[in-house]
Amino acid sequence: MPEMVTLTIDGHEVSVPKGTTILEAAKSIGTEVPHYCYHPGMSSPAMCRLCLVEVEGAPKPMPGCVTTVMDGQVVHTQSEQALKNRRGVLEFYLVNHPLDCPICDMSGECNLQDYVHAEGREHGRGREPKRIFGRDDFGGDVLFYGDRCVMCTRCVRFMSEVEQDHRLTVVERGNRSVIDTFYEEGLDGTYWHGNIVDICPVGALVSKEFLHKARAWDLTHTPSVCTGCAQGCNIDLHTRDNLVQRVKPRENLDVNAWWICDYGRHGYEWMNRGDRLEAPVMRSAGASQAMAWGDALRALLAKADGAGPVKAIASAKSSNEDLGALKRLVDALGGGDIVYRSARADDEVPLKGFPTLARRTDLTPNATGADLVGASRVGDDDATGGLDAVSGHDGIVIVLNDDLSDQGEDFGANASLFVYMGTHASAGATHADFVLPISTHAEGEGSFTNLERRVQRFAKAMDAPGMARPAWLVLGALAAETGGGDAPRSAADAFAALGRSVSAFAGITWEDVGTRGALLNESVSVTGD
Amino acid sequence: MAYPYVSDHEVRVLSRYFGDPAQRRVDTYVERGGYSALKKAFELGPEKVIDEVKASGLRGRGGAGFPTGVKWSFMPKDSSKPHYLLCNADESEPGTFKDRELIRWDPHQLIEGCLIGAYAIGAKHVYIYCRGEFFEANSILARAVEDAYEKGYIGNDIMGSGIDLDLTVHQGAGAYICGEETGLMNSLEGRRGQPRVKPPFPAAVGAFGMPSTINNVETLAAVTHIVEHGGEWYRQFGTEKSPGTKLFCVSGHVNKPGNYELPLGFPLMQLIEDVCGGMREGNALKAVIPGGSSVPIINAEEAGRCTLDYEGCVDVGTMLGCASVIVMDETADIVKQVRRMVDFYAHESCGQCTPCREGSAWTAQILKRIEDGRGTEEDLDTLMEMTQQMVGTTICVLSDSVAAPVQSSIEKFRDEYLALIRRGERVGAA
Ligand SMILES: Cc1cc2nc3c(=O)[nH]c(=O)nc-3n(C[C@H](O)[C@H](O)[C@H](O)COP(=O)(O)O)c2cc1C
Ligand code: SF4
Ligand code: SF4
Ligand code: SF4
Repeated sequence: MPEMVTLTIDGHEVSVPKGTTILEAAKSIGTEVPHYCYHPGMSSPAMCRLCLVEVEGAPKPMPGCVTTVMDGQVVHTQSEQALKNRRGVLEFYLVNHPLDCPICDMSGECNLQDYVHAEGREHGRGREPKRIFGRDDFGGDVLFYGDRCVMCTRCVRFMSEVEQDHRLTVVERGNRSVIDTFYEEGLDGTYWHGNIVDICPVGALVSKEFLHKARAWDLTHTPSVCTGCAQGCNIDLHTRDNLVQRVKPRENLDVNAWWICDYGRHGYEWMNRGDRLEAPVMRSAGASQAMAWGDALRALLAKADGAGPVKAIASAKSSNEDLGALKRLVDALGGGDIVYRSARADDEVPLKGFPTLARRTDLTPNATGADLVGASRVGDDDATGGLDAVSGHDGIVIVLNDDLSDQGEDFGANASLFVYMGTHASAGATHADFVLPISTHAEGEGSFTNLERRVQRFAKAMDAPGMARPAWLVLGALAAETGGGDAPRSAADAFAALGRSVSAFAGITWEDVGTRGALLNESVSVTGD
Repeated sequence: MAYPYVSDHEVRVLSRYFGDPAQRRVDTYVERGGYSALKKAFELGPEKVIDEVKASGLRGRGGAGFPTGVKWSFMPKDSSKPHYLLCNADESEPGTFKDRELIRWDPHQLIEGCLIGAYAIGAKHVYIYCRGEFFEANSILARAVEDAYEKGYIGNDIMGSGIDLDLTVHQGAGAYICGEETGLMNSLEGRRGQPRVKPPFPAAVGAFGMPSTINNVETLAAVTHIVEHGGEWYRQFGTEKSPGTKLFCVSGHVNKPGNYELPLGFPLMQLIEDVCGGMREGNALKAVIPGGSSVPIINAEEAGRCTLDYEGCVDVGTMLGCASVIVMDETADIVKQVRRMVDFYAHESCGQCTPCREGSAWTAQILKRIEDGRGTEEDLDTLMEMTQQMVGTTICVLSDSVAAPVQSSIEKFRDEYLALIRRGERVGAA
């Protein structure tokens, strides 16, 4: 138990561990002290001077971000003096700020807009011509609008303290100070620089990819989990018009803190892909016929009866719920092998300043889940090959969420029943008896298990096209019909069913997983190297 | 030796050999009694040295006037970490030119003070951070350090005492803010020259992250004499609260500007009239900035009441600072002078703190507009109010230094601002 200190903030008594800053203590009772330079993941230079608060007995206003609490301290964040300070500092920010909000990407989620609206002067007194820096291409995905910069140095500190690759600096001094890169390549060749766009409190650093794509207030934010690697960073998918417009990190100190890598950040285009499978299709005697789900599944079950042993291909990109339902169906059909293929990189890309975070070598979100349901990994590190035993199998072949991109048209030609469940058409599915459209993880609810055996939920961010359905719904219904029991009606049902059939998942409820994730029993601890 | 000007009122302790190049030679310095204070310090031991400096009442000559002995006693006694003594020779405050002269004419006096200070605080290494533009002073100092090393006054086993002390001269690269104590440390370490947030204070975490003490050139030069003659001896000069002698850098509209060493408590008018030969061309006195550009301006009436000690300056609403007396006669254009000072600060602000970074440049812009006849009376209210937002709200006090001349000049010379504003309004109306 750490030593506790009791102080009063705006009339509320609060007890916090010794060493806590006033700003953090205020946060703990829901009082946000405005600030720019302070960020919980980095050192505090106490330079923006926005978080100055009144501390009774102190000769000067104190910066809340670095002043630690003391017993009996009386702090005012809303007193006349505190407000006067903030109004003063905000006015100084506006002396040279271009206020080009109508064309600024940050507009609507900008801390300068918010603070000035809340507490700034109604009318600016600045009459002088403004300083002009213009724009600069910082390399990578980052554009710099110098005139909007509030000189908080968060971007500089992220690169030097967190990514620990010194690419940015402040040049010049006084109000000629400006952020700049050292060399022509700027941020090129760094792997986490997208985070500086997130932590820039204003529109000074913007993403080239997102530039002028959408206004902040038109975006819907949905909590999700990155599918880029086995780390399972917590993210928000920002959508508009049923398209993912960008990916932002979602704070989770146990997994990724405030950060995500650039690879994960930009790996969302596939979720927006058109040309999707939209209706269940049955093929017989060379003819394809789209049909209602009920008809398709009934026909499938009829054909499965006595069709022989199963070989299934799963995917480490599928959710725990999908994988569990597949496992139940395979078992109900008499059992058989499940394999999966997944891409692997040669090296991790660690974030040096947050050692438990790295872009992992395993480039799929749920290899752990696949392993736990008993699937075995086959093939090469580029997720090809390894399917010889399945390709010519003469019993039942089920393919879930593997697009068979390396397979020829003769894949599954000998199968007594070939079911292809995917999002896109594939040459490898030429011989499929049933082609069933499934939704992506962005289009439904579910969970992944990361390499640390942490189960993490994602929510539905967009609508699935046409008649595409979550794989767990389809597989769950088939398994229930074949093996008995209830078909899952929700992802929570499917997760509960998984807990009943796979012991590793037993004892954890959907609610336990919540928004922060939950570690599986007998977890192995995984840390960065 | 008529170092530019001398006066009978002077008490030349530190400046005794100003004008005599022979004093720069280590042999001459020793012949005249040099390095005996260091020897004495080694005999006294660190604690007694600190006690002696405390007894002298010596206050820091870098501007803030903090008692030197007390500052030294903040250094941890039982720390295994290396300690550092830093000598602040970055002298860049507009109006100040005493440290340069102390180095130019009597470099060993400073070196000896540095070594005594280092010994007292348990440091093995002294850094003298010398303003880069002082080319001559730098080369004289480098030569003196070399000589002192050669003669065994710096280095290992100094004068057979078994005590090792090293001294390095570091040249600054032209930023005023590197004279601020923690800005200096950053610069010395090769970082961006910008002040650090305090706490931690230098005595706990200073240069290279180690316990450090920083003192001005004049402070350390005075230490040499205090240890030589004793704290009580030093107190015969000056006042009870401001003991000792002080170099006054007088510039502006007097007949004989220059450096004068006077006991603290000396009346300002006597300095102007008797020491500096009066106002040039017999003009009337308009204003004085007694402590360098960072302190409030006083008018002629206040100057008449001002004595030049820390308390006497506070009594008339200003500060002694580093005792750089800028004298302005009736022909001075106050608005222009203030604008030029603010331009300086706007240029020199390190740019960390928003009020200083934005406020100093904005203040300069407004003043320029007023000076050009395009100001309004509301501008004066804006200036008063927004410079108030720059006081006590920043990491270092450079920001406060912008407010001082602006606020004091608007209060005391408002009619000069109004005249410019009205003239501009008339021109605008025509
Ligand atoms: C902006 C700024 C500039 C300063 N420049 C100098 C300087 O050039 N020389 C100096 O001795 N002190 C300077 N100081 C004061 C130092 O921070 C420090 O107080 C001083 O060196 C301590 O020495 P002392 O105790 O012997 O006076 C400056 C302070 C500020 C805020
Ligand atoms: S670019 Fe953004 S993050 Fe970087 S210093 Fe400017 S405002 Fe801060
Ligand atoms: S580390 Fe992995 S999970 Fe995290 S953002 Fe990058 S790719 Fe995504
Ligand atoms: S007050 Fe000015 S000079 Fe001092 S640290 Fe802040 S910005 Fe830099």
